[in-house]
Amino acid sequence: MKSISLLAPGHRGCAGCCDAMAAKFTLMGAGEDCIVVSPTGCLEVMTTPYPETSWDVPWIHSLFENAGAVASGIEAALKALGKQGTKVIAMGGDGATMDIGLQALSGAFERGHNFTYVCIDNEAYMNTGVQRSAGTPYGASTTTSPAGKVSFGNPRLKKNMPAIMVAHGSPYVATTSLAYPKDMIAKVKKATEIEGPTYIHCHAPCTTGWGFDTSKTVEVARMAVQTGLWPLYEVEDGKVTKVRKIGANKKPVEEYLKMQRRFKHLFTMEGGADEIAKIQAMADKNIEEFGL
Amino acid sequence: MARETKMDKQKMVVVEGSYAVANAVRVCKPNVISAYPITPQTHIVEELSKFMADGEIPNCEYINVESEFSALSALVGSSAVGARSYSATTSQGLELMHEVLFNVAGMRLPIVMTVANRAVSAPINIWNDHQDSISQRDTGWIQLYAENIQEVSDMTAQAFKISEDRDVMMPCMTCMDGFILSHVYEPLVLLEQEITDEFLPPFRPERILDSKNPLTFGAFADPNIYTEFRYQQERAMQNALKKIEDTANEFYDMYGRHFGGLIDEYRTEDADIIIMAMGSIIGTIKDVIDRLRERNVKVGLLKVRAFRPFPAEAIMNVIRDVKVVVVLDKNISLGMNAGALFIETKSVLYNTDIDVPVIGYMMGQGGRDVPMSTIEKIISDAEEVMRSGIKIESQFTDLKEELV
Repeated sequence: MKSISLLAPGHRGCAGCCDAMAAKFTLMGAGEDCIVVSPTGCLEVMTTPYPETSWDVPWIHSLFENAGAVASGIEAALKALGKQGTKVIAMGGDGATMDIGLQALSGAFERGHNFTYVCIDNEAYMNTGVQRSAGTPYGASTTTSPAGKVSFGNPRLKKNMPAIMVAHGSPYVATTSLAYPKDMIAKVKKATEIEGPTYIHCHAPCTTGWGFDTSKTVEVARMAVQTGLWPLYEVEDGKVTKVRKIGANKKPVEEYLKMQRRFKHLFTMEGGADEIAKIQAMADKNIEEFGL
Repeated sequence: MARETKMDKQKMVVVEGSYAVANAVRVCKPNVISAYPITPQTHIVEELSKFMADGEIPNCEYINVESEFSALSALVGSSAVGARSYSATTSQGLELMHEVLFNVAGMRLPIVMTVANRAVSAPINIWNDHQDSISQRDTGWIQLYAENIQEVSDMTAQAFKISEDRDVMMPCMTCMDGFILSHVYEPLVLLEQEITDEFLPPFRPERILDSKNPLTFGAFADPNIYTEFRYQQERAMQNALKKIEDTANEFYDMYGRHFGGLIDEYRTEDADIIIMAMGSIIGTIKDVIDRLRERNVKVGLLKVRAFRPFPAEAIMNVIRDVKVVVVLDKNISLGMNAGALFIETKSVLYNTDIDVPVIGYMMGQGGRDVPMSTIEKIISDAEEVMRSGIKIESQFTDLKEELV
């Protein structure tokens, strides 16, 4: 593990920014011999205002929806030019990964390119002002799924992206959390060392979009894991091989929800308790399914 | 200026246009090919796939992508790593690439792509016209249009050389008429490996993605700097004007074949009427001109080979002293009732001392045949313009009034 971050300070991220943490942990796992692709999003904007850059590794941004394809081309070119050893990493937000970039990502995994894709999931389009994405959880209020007199916020469940990547036959899929950096760094390292397309899905609380104090990013992330809403697991060749147990530390979902402005309406609106009960059921299902 | 091309009959073979292009791509030694099948581009990518299967393109990876959008996106990555990168597409595929086309040009990646020109939907139509590539004229790609399969084969090597030039570093579309050139069998000299190895040096860009020297590609530019990036792209396009001409001449010196640089001319010396056009229709026009010249009609041809960058000066030099210019377009700018070559030609003449009437005809849409009789009719219209001025400035040809 390198002691000096390959993501230089001085970027434009908010205080407590999840993207900066996720990118830093990813690079700590990948090492300096890598090429990074970022689709359009907060991470790209905050780290590369021309002529400045925070990246101490080769880095490329092309468009919003094509990171999987750009990574494919880089990997193919390295192979064609006989440049062995350089790892290819793509790092994108939930919108770029689960919505607009899903086709390119699916194609890249189906073709079996040797690269690692890291989804930094802060559960909405934060760069454009907190609009709903396929990563937005049930009941969250966003600017395009606002809570209102007849709305409890986002009416749909979060897309199960890790399962989709497992279904592509990926040899390694893992979930991570910003509250467990050593776990994330180890998983990224493992992913980049496995031949083939590997996938890391990082749960990344956004201080601005979720509405919590800038000092609480890690605490919110930890609570998501401890409630069972964000299970940490590894899937190798289609089989769950490792989970992080919650055991006696298990917390009710209220403790996670009440930390964030985006769920505030669940505690004030009539019928909110029923909604919280539904979210608790989702956590309980995770706990049962993964044996947390 | 036209230079005499003597074809070496001993070296000529009869192949399909798509094979000629695929072979030319192979000879140019690409490192990454990325493409998605679409009619009538398919034979090109099938031939390239056969070459790959037979191990005939060394140090090359072929990516079977899931869309045209990803076809070109993959080449953004590969070209940035320093790989010579190629794709081929047409019509809907090219339109799907629209966003990536701008991105490639803005990142100054010298990707070469064959476009087997085809009409765009709706109504869906798989036959030839130029609407697909013309609609991409502002994306920052050099656009070259070929007259026959010999030209598009040779153009492939020229395109890599032009694009990869350090003063240019802009991507290039080599445009060939779908079916009319992509699926036709004609005798030609296949692009020669030995000469091409000398003509086209290996791709060695100044800046690449390399972990030993980490660089940032695709940073965002705020209002303080964005204009300067755009300016430099335009300057590169202006540099390409000379490079296209020089490359055609250098190609002639080494291979003995020349089909024009920015433009080409045919029987223009004493012409009163000049016909301007692009693509495979050039052959038909030449035949009509030969026939009319026997009847002492002073008509000549200005073949536009480079549509972007637009060869304003070269065109003006040819039409400066003629009596009427006729522009044929296999495309239309809807709402303008005119084709793009006509619009551009008229626009470059304004604010100059050249005062020549220009008339335009939109034709061949969706693959409708343009017979010699249509061209003859247009030339007789032009003679009428010489006598009594312009009556209709721009119009559709061979319109079936009974169907509208």
